[in-house]
Amino acid sequence: MAVHVQDYLRMHKMPHIWCPGCGTGIALGAVVRAIHNVGYSRDEVIVITGIGCSARTNAIIDFNTFQTTHGRALSFATGFKLTRPEMKVVVITGDGDGAGIGGNHLIHTCRRNIDITTILINNSIYGMTGGQYSPLTPRGSYATTAPYGTVEPSFDICKLAEGAGATYVGRATAYHVTLLEQLVTKALKHEGFSLVEAITQCPIGYGRRNKMKSPTEMLKWQREHAVNVKAAAGMSPEQLEGKFLIGEFVNKTAPEYTKLYQKLIEDAQSKGAK
Amino acid sequence: MAKYIIEVRKNWCKSCGICIDFCPKGVLGFDTEGKAAVLDLESCTGCMMCEYRCPDYAIKVEGSESNEAAS
Repeated sequence: MAVHVQDYLRMHKMPHIWCPGCGTGIALGAVVRAIHNVGYSRDEVIVITGIGCSARTNAIIDFNTFQTTHGRALSFATGFKLTRPEMKVVVITGDGDGAGIGGNHLIHTCRRNIDITTILINNSIYGMTGGQYSPLTPRGSYATTAPYGTVEPSFDICKLAEGAGATYVGRATAYHVTLLEQLVTKALKHEGFSLVEAITQCPIGYGRRNKMKSPTEMLKWQREHAVNVKAAAGMSPEQLEGKFLIGEFVNKTAPEYTKLYQKLIEDAQSKGAK
Repeated sequence: MAKYIIEVRKNWCKSCGICIDFCPKGVLGFDTEGKAAVLDLESCTGCMMCEYRCPDYAIKVEGSESNEAAS
């Protein structure tokens, strides 16, 4: 059946509060279609967010939703999943919320391989809190806290998630919106911790300070700088200079946390109290 | 007769122009108020990219097979 994001919206919350041309809405649209693709009813899905532009996603979508504290969406999600393992838990976070404020929670959630699907919307900036640079802001970019350009290198959050133990990792962009939908669909079906990074445009908080004024310009930048990991295999380091990879990076199986925990409880109960 | 129906919710549209700039067939343009508008429905191929890339969910394309296949 055909799906439109409009069918999943809380209509009284529309139009939403994001700036004109913001990529967060594009990423959220792909997530909603992916949930629809997998065939979950809206009652078996909970979407948990933290703080920031990414966190406003769950104000407008009509699933079970829960907005938590800054960076702590994955911690609340871990507690929720352990209590209600039959629910499909989706976390939507951002580069500031998920990689900065909540970076520590992210690595430990990856390590546990708990069955949570995380979409990290990377707009290269702390948008809602005032345009500060984040751990994913590219080196040399301008931000309110880096008026002469940031000197810090940025994380590759997909490599970080892989290193920390995530069992499904992928990346797409707002421009590559159908790839994003495909990756999130696979991430939802995956048992274990999955992370999909969505590179999006922030024309107001980031673009205006970094010589990319229009959302169209920023989407074209994504088109021109993204290389699919399959195509990259046949390219030289010179050809890949200044580019970033998109596609599926990790897809492996490992014991899942809530199942291990349930088994631990059953084993302990069968032995009886000491 | 056009194969597809494109609905634009003008009160949700924030005039970013993404739908217009990335439509491969030039179906969309701005109206006099600066909102997205359907200018050439006959050329629409139902690729859905305007709906999928609209950050404001202001566009709905009905009758597209690519949307059926994806879901």
